[in-house]
Amino acid sequence: MSWILNNLPLILDRLWAHVATSLPAIVLALLISLPLGWLAHRYRPLNGPVLTGAGLMYALPSLPLFIVLPVLIGTGVRDAVNVVVALTLYGVALMVRSVSDGLDGIPPEARSAATALGYRPLRRFLAVDLPLAGPVILSGLRVVAVSTVSLCTVGAVLGIPSLGLLFTDGFQRGILAQILTGIVLTVALALALDRLLVLTGRLLMPWARTPSRRTSRRSHRAGGVERAVTPS
Amino acid sequence: MNQLWEALLWCLDPSNWQGPAGIGARSLEHLGYTALALVIASVIAVPVGWWVGHTGRGRGVAVAVSGAARALPTLGVVTLMGLMLGIGLAAPMTAFVVLAVPSILAAAYAGFEAVDRQVVDAARAQGLTEAQVLWRVEVPLGLPLLIGGLRSAALQVIATATLAAYVGAGGLGRYLFLGLKTQDYAMMLGGSLIVVLLAIALDLLFAAAGRAAVPRGVRVARQGQAQ
Amino acid sequence: MISYGSVTKRFRDGTVAVDDFSLSVPRGSLTVLAGSSGCGKTTLMRMVNRMVDPSEGRVAVDGQDVAGQDPVALRRRIGYVMQNSGLLPHRTVGQNIATVPRLTGMDRSAARRKAADMMDLVGLAPELANRYPAQLSGGQQQRVGVARGLAADPEILLMDEPFGAVDPLVRADLQRQLVELHHQLGTTILFVTHDMDEALTLGDHIVLLQAGARIAQQGTPKDFVSAPASDFVRDFLGLDRGQRTLRRETAADGSVLLVDPHGRPAGVLAE
Repeated sequence: MSWILNNLPLILDRLWAHVATSLPAIVLALLISLPLGWLAHRYRPLNGPVLTGAGLMYALPSLPLFIVLPVLIGTGVRDAVNVVVALTLYGVALMVRSVSDGLDGIPPEARSAATALGYRPLRRFLAVDLPLAGPVILSGLRVVAVSTVSLCTVGAVLGIPSLGLLFTDGFQRGILAQILTGIVLTVALALALDRLLVLTGRLLMPWARTPSRRTSRRSHRAGGVERAVTPS
Repeated sequence: MNQLWEALLWCLDPSNWQGPAGIGARSLEHLGYTALALVIASVIAVPVGWWVGHTGRGRGVAVAVSGAARALPTLGVVTLMGLMLGIGLAAPMTAFVVLAVPSILAAAYAGFEAVDRQVVDAARAQGLTEAQVLWRVEVPLGLPLLIGGLRSAALQVIATATLAAYVGAGGLGRYLFLGLKTQDYAMMLGGSLIVVLLAIALDLLFAAAGRAAVPRGVRVARQGQAQ
Repeated sequence: MISYGSVTKRFRDGTVAVDDFSLSVPRGSLTVLAGSSGCGKTTLMRMVNRMVDPSEGRVAVDGQDVAGQDPVALRRRIGYVMQNSGLLPHRTVGQNIATVPRLTGMDRSAARRKAADMMDLVGLAPELANRYPAQLSGGQQQRVGVARGLAADPEILLMDEPFGAVDPLVRADLQRQLVELHHQLGTTILFVTHDMDEALTLGDHIVLLQAGARIAQQGTPKDFVSAPASDFVRDFLGLDRGQRTLRRETAADGSVLLVDPHGRPAGVLAE
């Protein structure tokens, strides 16, 4: 406890760096996966390759990815941009599936009713398809938010600032309280973000209770091999 | 791109494959960690998950545990165990198991929950004992999902084992941290590439196993739906 | 053969599904428990093979209280057919039918012969034995369900809305065949349905239930149509809505038609 009180500015600094790295990745992942997921949903031949690619993407372990990525995008290995890009890639890999599942799950009657009412394609997508797919997309986004916040800490072993520095620093100096503080703050940040998303979802989609994570009807019916849920 | 080429050369250099610190030995060590962690985690999580799935009891706790575990930072668990348990296999192995248990647990009970309740009810009404309902109905029908969970857990352990070199464990992570310390980017990148290959190979292996575990009668049902 | 003595079932949430129900089902009869959903008819039926245990009262088979019997052994002696067949999706048709014979120790080849006999009995082509349930039509799946229920030569067959989910033509076919099977085998059948037409078609004894499994009326199909005991029974039979109250009307060519109160023809009178 005294360690926390003595190091409050340091902790806040790490927390801020953590938010500044993970939040852009989450937002970018959402923005990129919406059109990609729509493509996978709309053009069947793309569905297989996009989802397979996404699947392989989150089979990749995070630390090796943080190391390989700079070579491909020309940044330095200690650059926080690597982490943002890698986390965005993981997020997209997870979200693309949610978006295409969500769009696949829209009752065809609702869609043809909207067309019959005279919606043009883009307007219909925004006014009908997106809201109806919303609950599934939101549950995907919640998984992305939580795993992004958790994964963000890995960059610390390369010296990239985040709450993860509390782990490496605490380990090197043998301060248990420091590591525990880092774990508690990371989990708390992840859960707070998750709560925030749930509340936002209720506000935006008052007609639907959020389905439990990753259990869209479709993936349930498909039964089969449930994909790895979080990158690591 | 030049760096990639050097990394590739590092991977292919026969001298890097020799001895107890060679790529071959480190890869085996890495896979050994993964296998051992999966076995230990399965021994803990599968019976509990099946019990939850079969009885429906403790479901709330199981959901909460597997959900909250997703927020648990792997590096935090690894360093915490390293500090608490010191040098040796116990610390990283405990961390691997802690991180592998939730996905196996979730997959074990989700596999049972995905089995049509009517089928289970009918089986019981025909006079199958509880053990027969479990072994002849729920286990075979829930197996593909369970393998999916083992797949996530395996990937999780492969990734975490890489990090565990930070607290003194063996495995391929050694190259990453040694390379980082000595500014040997070829070694660092080469080691990363090998971990990536290992993870993808394991992922494909589990994917194939998952497909093979789908009972034929269920597979034809799915093909029927697709038509 | 099956007797209910003052049976009550209260669920944990306090709802009373069955309230002081008594009935005796004679050996060899085809008794139908009819009533709308939630009246407790399925709960009653499931007490016979101890899928549900009563809170009070006793259920006896052949004079022996089922409460004292091992549920697994009891269920193996009693056939059970349910609405969506409940077949094991990962077992073939033949294996599904042979489930109970195999459980009770019959050897593999004898069980296979038994399954083939049962398929013949319910009118399934022998080549379907190696198919999986998902490869059959709804009607065929129900036949497999019936064959599985009969495979252990049970003295009692419980049927829970077995034909509820198939289309009307197939349903009529399955109903006709069930009546034949019943004549042929003499099995005591307890049949649950919410469809009064089905009850009148199949039952030689019908028990119409109201909420809480209170008996509104019991008797033969004729008793019901000729002397409905209450407004509830009249309503459930559709007597008030006119589907069953027919008038004679002579057609232009002299044949005698039966028409409902709306003047719609329901059939011709065979003199």
